[in-house]
Amino acid sequence: MRQLTSKGVRVDDTFAEAFGMRATALTITAADARWARQAAVTMTGFGTSVIGCGAETGIDRELTPKETPDGRPGVRVLLFAVSTSELQKQVQARVGQCVLTSPGSACYSGLAGEEQLKLGDSLRYFGDGWQVSKRLGDKHYWRVPVMDGEFVCEATTGLTKAAVGGGNLLIMGKSTATTLAAAEAAVKAINAVADVIMPFPGGIVRSGSKVGSKYKNVRASTNDAYCPTLRGAVATALDHDVGAVLEIVIDGLTADAVGNAMRAGIAAIVKLGPKRGAARIGAGNYGGKLGPHHFHLKDLLP
Amino acid sequence: MKPLVFSLRTKPDQRLDLSPLVPHLLAGKTAAEISGVALGTTRHAVTVGDVFRVKMGDPQQLRIEGSCDRLDLVGHAMRDGEIVVDGDVGARAGRLMSGGRLIIGGNAGPWAASGMTGGTLEITHSAGDRLGGPLAGEMAGMRGGVVIVRGDAGERVGDRMRRGTIVVEGRSGAHAGSRMLAGTLILRRAAGALPGYLMRRGTIVLVEGSNVMSPTFVDCGVHDLVAARLLADFVRPYSARAASIFHSPLRRLAGDMAVLGKGELFCPAK
Repeated sequence: MRQLTSKGVRVDDTFAEAFGMRATALTITAADARWARQAAVTMTGFGTSVIGCGAETGIDRELTPKETPDGRPGVRVLLFAVSTSELQKQVQARVGQCVLTSPGSACYSGLAGEEQLKLGDSLRYFGDGWQVSKRLGDKHYWRVPVMDGEFVCEATTGLTKAAVGGGNLLIMGKSTATTLAAAEAAVKAINAVADVIMPFPGGIVRSGSKVGSKYKNVRASTNDAYCPTLRGAVATALDHDVGAVLEIVIDGLTADAVGNAMRAGIAAIVKLGPKRGAARIGAGNYGGKLGPHHFHLKDLLP
Repeated sequence: MKPLVFSLRTKPDQRLDLSPLVPHLLAGKTAAEISGVALGTTRHAVTVGDVFRVKMGDPQQLRIEGSCDRLDLVGHAMRDGEIVVDGDVGARAGRLMSGGRLIIGGNAGPWAASGMTGGTLEITHSAGDRLGGPLAGEMAGMRGGVVIVRGDAGERVGDRMRRGTIVVEGRSGAHAGSRMLAGTLILRRAAGALPGYLMRRGTIVLVEGSNVMSPTFVDCGVHDLVAARLLADFVRPYSARAASIFHSPLRRLAGDMAVLGKGELFCPAK
């Protein structure tokens, strides 16, 4: 594969292949930042991949009291799924089990959209008839009595069909430690980009997958071409100086947001350099025939 | 563009129906056509030209100058634009209004905002009885929009109100929020007897309480609710004084237990 070099870091002349997704954003608030964060972390748990979790979820950013509808500290979370119906199911289940249950929480729409998903409109039934509808201007809230007072929840949240899932960077370094350092630097940089999440643990995935498997009924299996321990045994994609590979997967509300995130990630990895960080950056694709969005690394170099 | 101005020549000798003088009905009309619009309510025909001096301008911005309490149905079924009235108006100002902004720079008669579904109505002085309420035979009163009364309001403010927000900065008469179905009513000064009489759902905020509280409301304790913050934020642009009540915890009374009992009265904690 043709490679470019940026400040000593080799960059593959390839592209990340990404897919259209359905997404929404929610604003979760609580009495203080700690409990807002706790509700957000709980509701975005087990949301790494649509393959096994139903939705890809993560925290976009923390919000100051001035940025939230009720003037309390908050967190904006994003949820991505492959269909509107699955996204609706995930919103209802996650907010119902993880936000409604969290002390002092409230939940609002975090995205204006032409189409709407039910939020409080489905969770209000928890109120068993004691729920109170409150329309204030063009906003509609539900107040559900709970044991610490009331759970306030906006009736609906906006849906976008322009979301993009599967933007990615493959970070290859000499050792696990240097590769992780590069991945962490990239995650930190991407965290500052608006409207994107990195759904895997701490933003990083170490078990990149390929489609299919030798076993029946297994939809995805280990990406053997990028496993350093199989370098001699399979048609490897790794160079002799690569001892570990980590991947960052990026979902964004728009294709531009994903592109901005990948650009920020590459810049951070290149800045760290090959000695302390990654020797090479690549990206995952399926030949370009499956996903409509192609993010070419050469276009995203610093 | 300058506003379209109607200046009342003299107090009319009959009550006038001003419902044709709303922006969407005046759009595209010439000065002659506007002067010929009938406003009379008796056998003696009266047109705009008979009672008003008309200064042509943008029909989206109407001004009614020198108004008096014989002008009924000001802003009736108004959909958009703005009407600013300098002076008092008669009955049913803003009735069935669905959008736009109506400012009454004086007192309003009974049934102002009756059946209103949207828009904003501001009354700088006092409002008559049954503000936002239904006429006889109608099932619901106000169904949306915002009403602000800077002065006092008469009896049965928000009668059978279904949706929307009413803020009364002054005192209000007996049975405020009677038979409310939903919506929000904020009464800044003392309310008359039995606020929330037979209310089914909805929220009434009594900033200074009432001299005679209904015995069919039950105390649910003092709470600092998130919903109060949302209410305060919504009300603040219309009335900062009314919004200030929400800064401290409020006592919640549920009722009216004589009927459904899913409404609420909020009062100061003490």
